[in-house]
Amino acid sequence: MRNLMNQLRLAAARLSPGRAAVAAMLLGPLVGALLAYGAIAAQEANEVKIDNFVFNPAELTIAVGTTVKFVNHDDIPHSVVDKNKAFRSKALDTDDSFSFTFANAGSFDYFCGLHPHMTGKIIVK
Amino acid sequence: MAKKGLDEKGLGRREVLECMLWAGTGVLWTVSGGIPHSVGLIGEAAAAEPTGFTFLQMSDSHIGFDKAANPDTLGTLREAVGKVKAMPTKPSFIIHTGDITHLSKPAEFDNADKIFGETGVPIRWVPGEHDIIDEERGKAYLERYGKGSKGAGWYSFDDHGVHFIGLVNVVDLKGGGLGNLGAEQLAWLEADLKDKSNSTPIVVFAHIPLQVVYKEWGWGTEDGTRALELLKRFGSVTVLNGHIHQLAQKVEGNMTFHTAMSTAFPQPAPGSAPSPGPMVVPADQLRSKLGLSSVSVVQGNKPLAIVDKTLAG
Repeated sequence: MRNLMNQLRLAAARLSPGRAAVAAMLLGPLVGALLAYGAIAAQEANEVKIDNFVFNPAELTIAVGTTVKFVNHDDIPHSVVDKNKAFRSKALDTDDSFSFTFANAGSFDYFCGLHPHMTGKIIVK
Repeated sequence: MAKKGLDEKGLGRREVLECMLWAGTGVLWTVSGGIPHSVGLIGEAAAAEPTGFTFLQMSDSHIGFDKAANPDTLGTLREAVGKVKAMPTKPSFIIHTGDITHLSKPAEFDNADKIFGETGVPIRWVPGEHDIIDEERGKAYLERYGKGSKGAGWYSFDDHGVHFIGLVNVVDLKGGGLGNLGAEQLAWLEADLKDKSNSTPIVVFAHIPLQVVYKEWGWGTEDGTRALELLKRFGSVTVLNGHIHQLAQKVEGNMTFHTAMSTAFPQPAPGSAPSPGPMVVPADQLRSKLGLSSVSVVQGNKPLAIVDKTLAG
């Protein structure tokens, strides 16, 4: 995905300014579509699933500024609570989700406020 | 009732599951000689002729839950309440050990109140973790049931010479931990017990088991042993809990621990499934297994400490 984007940029750079503008106009929608696709792919990658009273993945490493989505797939409500109170979701019923954008680097230990034996960790670099 | 005892092989998982009763109604308790005994599940012959002071424990109604394990929790509660209404002698009161609702929604509380109200019996509540997940984290529960209580809803009262204590162990839970009473409540408990003589029968009730039933699933209370330390000097202590949606009874010295079934849905026996949570059982088993007298699985070196139930006391 990124390689493809880079190749497109390189191809555009090799063109003369005039042609580059035309190429950019032509490629614009494609690049936009690719960027959108990339965003969706990234979002899915940054999802923590709650299944059978377990956060999965239990540990997730992300870049600063990434949004993580927590989705509850259980028949029982769960919540997502940071140990140091950086974030706290409301109770998530079946298929409900909670998203949080990690603006700062650090290690975030979290747990379920209803079933605190359920724990997970987000590492933001 | 004579206990059958474990044979050398112990009970297999299947047998344990067969013994497990899921669609709970309520457990009737009576006090004789200052010691509470469980008389039996309501609807059973043993519970039909109670004498003297009785009270009933009901638990985990989860009104609002509508998934596969029981799409009609209101219906099963209504059935359980119907059995209470049919009792020849009404119990003095009902103890509800929490998870009245599934999601703490006003309509769920309303529906529960309406059906429980049909019993015509006073109800003593404690919250489960499902009762305090409104936006303001427990305000809805306290407004409804917290009158005269302290903190997150704990209180005590006396009836027929028995001292009853309702504790709250579902608030301010710590990551990686279990149920939690907290320093404030423990201090209150210590003060509450201070003037009580050792011969006062004590009944303690709370949602999550005070002792650790199964740590891996969070079935226990982090500082529960501190409460039990305070209760150790008493000659008769009965601890009633819910949360695990199955019967488990254990006797340790002067203390008897008992967990109640849910009126909503069963959960697997500790360690018998990858996780706790609503367990789907065949529909024809839903209401048909309310007979407990033959069950006796005692705690020992077996993997499971479930259901030691001496119905005759």
